[in-house]
Amino acid sequence: MAKVPKPSELLPGISYQPPAKGWMDVKPDFRPGTYCNPAAPKWMEWIGYPYPQARSIPDNNWGLPDNWQEIVLQGMEDRLDRFRSLKVFFDICVRCGACADKCHFFLGTGDPKNMPVLRAELLRSVYRRYFKKIGRVLGEIAGARDLSEDVIKEWFFYLYQCTICRRCSLFCPYGIDMAEMTLLGRELLASIGLNIDWAMASVAQCYDKGSHIGATPQAFKDMIDFLAEENERITGITTTPSYNRKGAEVLFVTPSGDYFADPGSFTLMGYLLLFEYIGLDYTFSTYAAEGGNFGWFISHEMGKRLNSKIYAEAKRLGVKWILGGECGHMWRVCNQYMPTYYGEPVNFLEEPVSPITGTRFENAKVHKMVHISEFTADLIKNGKLNFDPQRNAHIKLTFHDSCNTARGMGIFEEPRYIINNVLPEGNFVEMPPNTIREKTFCCGSSSGINASENMELRMQGGMPRANAVRFVHEKYGVNHLGCICALDRATLPTLLEYWIPEVDVTGITEMVGNALIFPDELERTTDLRDRPLVGFEEAAEEDAEEGE
Amino acid sequence: MKLANLLEQKKSQIVARWINLLYDSYPPETAIFLKKEKDKFDNPIGYGISRGLNGLFETLVQEMEAEQILAALDEVIRIRALQDCFPSQALAFIFLLKNIVREELAEELEKENLLEELQELDARIDGLSLLGFDVYTRRQEKLQEMRINEVKNRVSGFLRKSGMSMNDM
Repeated sequence: MAKVPKPSELLPGISYQPPAKGWMDVKPDFRPGTYCNPAAPKWMEWIGYPYPQARSIPDNNWGLPDNWQEIVLQGMEDRLDRFRSLKVFFDICVRCGACADKCHFFLGTGDPKNMPVLRAELLRSVYRRYFKKIGRVLGEIAGARDLSEDVIKEWFFYLYQCTICRRCSLFCPYGIDMAEMTLLGRELLASIGLNIDWAMASVAQCYDKGSHIGATPQAFKDMIDFLAEENERITGITTTPSYNRKGAEVLFVTPSGDYFADPGSFTLMGYLLLFEYIGLDYTFSTYAAEGGNFGWFISHEMGKRLNSKIYAEAKRLGVKWILGGECGHMWRVCNQYMPTYYGEPVNFLEEPVSPITGTRFENAKVHKMVHISEFTADLIKNGKLNFDPQRNAHIKLTFHDSCNTARGMGIFEEPRYIINNVLPEGNFVEMPPNTIREKTFCCGSSSGINASENMELRMQGGMPRANAVRFVHEKYGVNHLGCICALDRATLPTLLEYWIPEVDVTGITEMVGNALIFPDELERTTDLRDRPLVGFEEAAEEDAEEGE
Repeated sequence: MKLANLLEQKKSQIVARWINLLYDSYPPETAIFLKKEKDKFDNPIGYGISRGLNGLFETLVQEMEAEQILAALDEVIRIRALQDCFPSQALAFIFLLKNIVREELAEELEKENLLEELQELDARIDGLSLLGFDVYTRRQEKLQEMRINEVKNRVSGFLRKSGMSMNDM
């Protein structure tokens, strides 16, 4: 028998205080909407990952291998030997709390274990117990704890609530990089068969077929040809992409989100128009049909495997260098990890030089890959592009710095320079300074967690970003959020649908495509999405009525 | 009308207490942060709750359009709908106001004969709570709709190529 609760009794902390518990005693609450499903065995079998098995989170038994503790502890020891950084990150934290309120997942969920200092402690406590004398002797008093199945479950819950965005590390006086710990923690989970399905499916498809969505080479080509036809219908300009063409100067690689999903596909239309305009000698590859790298979200080994496909193809085709589309983590892998992955620069490609402006991209001399925003900004700076910004007058834009391009590689000015050239003056508004550039808030769905089953979690993680977008929408009438990352283009529309549905998402090169003036083009009455340009709204309405 | 005037006079204390009480339902470390951090971009939960509860209080002391009332409820409920397991937990905050008003205006309620007006206020808080269930349900439906839309969105370019639109599906 129980009394009907009063409203205040339904909420802890109001009419009653739950018994005080140390963080080690608070277990994660795996309620639906907050976690990703474990990987289906077939994906793990495709790529040869260990302990494939059908698993269910609500089940008590996660089907870990018999010697799972030994595997995890050995894995931790190996990584402590290989990465001095990990040992330093484990040892050096003084729990000053500077990072505590900087994580978008803490700010959105209110869960203290999403404070980076505490998330790291989930791993650090095991390190202390098994690798530090003080932890071995004093145990919990020294912040150490045994490696139990509950600990593994907690790792799975919280390491997939970190999007590896590194905002916390920006505020850490020691520069402790939570992303590195998350990545290595995920590797340890993968070593005993625990992976998330959304990321693993994408990885297996990419490894086997060439792209995360598993498109066949034929489907890839068909889709890009279709977008070229769309360009011709709207602008009158014939764009002529080529595929697997040996001897092209440049290999162009972009994420699959750009050719299979709106609004990314409009960005791809922009790429095609831009390349046609400047007469770039480039080719797509049906083998390197994916710029994104979900492999890196599972392990460094898998990140390298997927990354190497792009370079193997560049070598096979004999291109001079690689141009990459608007992607986030593709760049982080190239800039931050490739030298470690391979131990040497990419020697079979040339240091990238723009064939149009002669600019040498010295920043890309190791990996030989140039970001489309760097490339386009250079073209504009050298006066090679002719724009009509009025064709973007219907777009009042704010810009979301994607974590990987912004914090991961320092691309801040290039997209803004492009935006200011393709938009009418006054149509670009920045969000508040503590939410952009190096302090940018993550989309909340990156690092492989953009699954649908964890939607409630994603909406919480993205709340700080959406909150800033809402501010500029209400204050300045912003109606578009620009970004240079395909994962953002896939996840921000959903985030905004929940928090601020009045705002659309756009890639930057889509707006370049809108504004480029070709000498022999059709009169433009719509943008690349078939939306009427300012001044042509009535004509569009008449067309629509005639259509009916 | 006496009660309405009293509520207006004590608005800031009542709403501040309401906000703090809701903050207290978060884990202690989080509650400290929510109360301390004043920057609305560095504290989006705090900002949403504060904006929402201020708005909701206004709906009780002023005549408002139905849409405005629902929008004020939505400010808080769209956060709670993500964070709380059950609708009862997500919506309990509305009922807390009854006790807060009684405690904040204890002296005045005892001195003046305000029973009838207090009953009227209670009834309106009850009404607000019932509307809260509508808003909560809409938010849950929205989340499900988003899950479906996202699946379609992933191949939206392909649908376009096939001559289909998202709305046809």
